[in-house]
Amino acid sequence: MSHSTVSGGARGGGIGAFVRDERAPALPAPAATIGGFGWLRANLFSTPFNALLTLATVALALLIIPPLVRFLIIDAVWEGADRDACLVSEARPVVGACWAFARDRLAYFVYGSFPIPERWRVDVFFVFLALSIIWILRIDAPRRDLAAWNFFVVLPSVSIVLLSGAKLIGLAPVDTTLWGGVLVTIVVASVGIVVSLPLGVLLALGRRSTMPAVRLVCTLFIEIVRGVPLITVLFMASVMLPLFVPPVWTPDKLIRALVGIALFASAYMAEVVRAGLQAVARGQYEAAAAVGLGYWQLMRFIVLPQALRVTIPNIVNSYIALFKDTTLVFIVGIFDLLKTIEVARADPQWATPVTSTTGYAIAAIFYLTFCYMMTRYAMRVERRLGVGLGR
Amino acid sequence: MSRVSGRDRPQISLLFDPKVRSVIYQAVLLGLVGLVVYAAASNAIDNLARAKIASGFAFWNHTAGFEISQTLIAYSSQSSTYGRAFWVGLLNTLLVAGLGIAFATIIGFIVGIARLSSNWLVARLAGFYVESVRILPLLLQLLFWYNAVLKALPELRDSVVLPFGGYLNNRGLFLPRLDVAPGFDLVLAALVIAGIGAVALRLFSRVHQRRTGRRLPVVTVTLVLILTIPALVFLAAGAPVTVRYPQVGRFNISGGIEILPEFVALLVGLSIYTAAFIAEVVRAGIVAVSRGQMEAAQALGLRRGLALRLVVIPQAMRVIIPPLTNQYLNLTKNSSLAVAIGYPDFVQIFTGTVLNQTGQAIEVVALTMAVYLTISLGTSFLLNLYNARVALVER
Repeated sequence: MSHSTVSGGARGGGIGAFVRDERAPALPAPAATIGGFGWLRANLFSTPFNALLTLATVALALLIIPPLVRFLIIDAVWEGADRDACLVSEARPVVGACWAFARDRLAYFVYGSFPIPERWRVDVFFVFLALSIIWILRIDAPRRDLAAWNFFVVLPSVSIVLLSGAKLIGLAPVDTTLWGGVLVTIVVASVGIVVSLPLGVLLALGRRSTMPAVRLVCTLFIEIVRGVPLITVLFMASVMLPLFVPPVWTPDKLIRALVGIALFASAYMAEVVRAGLQAVARGQYEAAAAVGLGYWQLMRFIVLPQALRVTIPNIVNSYIALFKDTTLVFIVGIFDLLKTIEVARADPQWATPVTSTTGYAIAAIFYLTFCYMMTRYAMRVERRLGVGLGR
Repeated sequence: MSRVSGRDRPQISLLFDPKVRSVIYQAVLLGLVGLVVYAAASNAIDNLARAKIASGFAFWNHTAGFEISQTLIAYSSQSSTYGRAFWVGLLNTLLVAGLGIAFATIIGFIVGIARLSSNWLVARLAGFYVESVRILPLLLQLLFWYNAVLKALPELRDSVVLPFGGYLNNRGLFLPRLDVAPGFDLVLAALVIAGIGAVALRLFSRVHQRRTGRRLPVVTVTLVLILTIPALVFLAAGAPVTVRYPQVGRFNISGGIEILPEFVALLVGLSIYTAAFIAEVVRAGIVAVSRGQMEAAQALGLRRGLALRLVVIPQAMRVIIPPLTNQYLNLTKNSSLAVAIGYPDFVQIFTGTVLNQTGQAIEVVALTMAVYLTISLGTSFLLNLYNARVALVER
């Protein structure tokens, strides 16, 4: 029984009193607060204003999502040999994305005008680059000490030989004017990534140096480059660089753009690294000095490992920005992915009202994929660091 | 007579003296920089002489001779100089940057607050917007707006007719133009008087609150003042404004204001892109104000709106302003992507056309950099002044 009768002196008078000594079973929560309905009410319809907002959002989503899906998938043209496939006709009253165009021009988007018999070299470069990236990023990869050497020294030199060719080992030279598409985008981004970190670290150390001349030179460089748009840096690299060197040395167009991108990225990287350096406690410097380490030993073994570690997410973020910024080389006449798309979409063979949008959709998918992967990586590192530092 | 202290310092090579070393290092660095500059300069002089390109800024006063599709100040290709073209370009850049900043701020604040909304759907949609827009290159977005959206608009003949007599087609946006008649000065004067009244009211209300503890309805009265007085004067003066509607002809549209599609694409692209970044800045700023501030304000008896205005927002602004200014600068610098879609901004006119025509790369690039550096440094100077004012005052 759940109820008992207590009797006796405690209550006085000997009259039996009713006391419940067991919990009554809980009533179910009101139907309006549980389950899907309750969730809806709490999250979408809590106030009249909120309900209105929800309805407006749903309307907006309905306005955007179905046409987008219809354009990209349902009405899309998947097969065809030329523009006729993607034109409005009686058989096809509504035309969506022209994926036939993308399939036809895929090789151009990836390799640009790279000679067809030599394209395996580009494939090898892509695979080598991918493996190097995995090696340096995977925590559980073997011999990670070699991975950095591979990434910053072996990879760049092998890639230069592989892509531009060397008569000595039987690789036909390929002029950089023939490079294009994803290849150029990846090359520009990789050069920016490989150069900007070491150069950025040096600039950041220089800016925090105790020597006034070093500090002045580094600060001036960083502030001037960060103060102007990337386009002007690229213009400067492409118009002024040839002026500053003897005519014999005039670098080719791609190299000029690479110099511009690398300098620009380094200035931004320097500020990211500087923020990391400031996060290293003073005691670390003093302790290192006390055990007799010199400046470079102090930086190499004590300060930089800690500074770079906390700032990895920011470094990745600035790599994402760099990856997006590589599109600007298009303006100084380099055939990156965006430029090949611009050329292909204007080609009369495929010129239709939907070609432009299809081309931009391809570029969007490409940049979304790469930047999304980098973002995920940054988030994972951030989480791992958060655990490791016990914060 | 001997010294009490211990032995003399051990004799070591001067090379190991940190002070001497630092001087040597700096001398070497400066020497290297000087050498590079010298080599570059002498090469440049040789190369320029070989290409027969003049140096100096004499070109500033030469006739430009090229057309510009949008000019805010008088400019003609026959008689105007390169110097005039410089100012035309700079004004175009400032126009698109100024409007872009205004739009991006409005969209950014709305989206940033929406991301913190208790409404699940709204928060998700705002988050989706921010993530997808931030991840795509701005240049791609600009090309999309220009080539895929604006260039795909109907031809002149099938223009979209907008309310209030505007037209939209693939040549741009055409809006009615307001021409002011003589009596309009009175309206402006009324506006100024209303503004002075509003400021006076604000000052008085402060004094009044200090004395009595009561607040006057400043905001409402200000709105009423600024809206009604000029409106009344406007009506009394007999509506001294004539509206000129754009007229669609066979080949072009005349009358009214013409807004280039390049301008629209650039403005839309820049605003949407930067708004996503501003939204993140705003969200971070609001999250940074601790909950206790709001609770404490309410415990003191401030209503929710007042608590937001007097307690939460001032503290959030302290966090928001510096990165917000950074975004404004980014927008201004990014407006140089106008080159890609052909909007006549500063870089397109000056660093593009003027450089190509004169060939004076060094002068032109140096001036370009000077302009952007002036904008950047000027903004950071103002920002520092503001920061000093709002920074936490500690003991």
